[in-house]
Amino acid sequence: MPNPTRIEVNCTTGEVLEIELTDAEMAELAYQAELAADAKAEEDRIAAQRAADKAALLERLGITADEAALLLA
Amino acid sequence: MPTYTQIGTAQVVGLLGASSIDFTAIPATYTDLVLKVSIRSNQVSGNDFIKLRFNSDTGSNYSYRRLYGTGSAVGSDNSGGAVSSAVSAYISTTGDTANTFGNGEFYIPNYTGSTYKSVSVDGVAENNASAAYSSLVADLWSSTSAITSINLTPNNGTSFVQYSTAYLYGVSNA
Repeated sequence: MPNPTRIEVNCTTGEVLEIELTDAEMAELAYQAELAADAKAEEDRIAAQRAADKAALLERLGITADEAALLLA
Repeated sequence: MPTYTQIGTAQVVGLLGASSIDFTAIPATYTDLVLKVSIRSNQVSGNDFIKLRFNSDTGSNYSYRRLYGTGSAVGSDNSGGAVSSAVSAYISTTGDTANTFGNGEFYIPNYTGSTYKSVSVDGVAENNASAAYSSLVADLWSSTSAITSINLTPNNGTSFVQYSTAYLYGVSNA
């Protein structure tokens, strides 16, 4: 089965090349995708933690998010 | 009156898609550049957007500020310092409505100048559902070099799917 390609457009000559990726390039691509997925998972984890911390704080204070916003306005 | 000249056309023809799109040998004869894209990535879950690099520079020389909407919330973020690529328009993914493509436009003024290069980006990921991402981004490439090449890759997925397109225009203000 062939690999995906990459496209190179030479804007001076107008030549367009569609070059099939090598197996090494495919491996690098998979590695980069893994890194991006890890980074996204970490971002999601931090966002979820912040939301949980905020909810816990509101619970301790015994006020709603709207009431907290009113206090800060 | 400004005139637009199309200087590059990239169309993903192959069934397996394209991992990247490169515009090379960009002539230095225009005032500004405009890049218009209609793109969908092969990312399966969540959102995706295009990573943008100039002159094959993979160093930490890019930064951005972004306003975005998710379909149910709005927000803003920034690169928090220098990073290794500029971010840009959200694009559709395989989780979005079938056969839809995200659309975006990049405006790159004074691309041959000796000051740092700014990029204004707007884009939307088409999706017939409550989750539909859109964004406005201000990017900065901290380089005094003239832009001679532009590299586009998906940030989360591994390829742009078949029928994705990208068109590069030179803008002459003379």
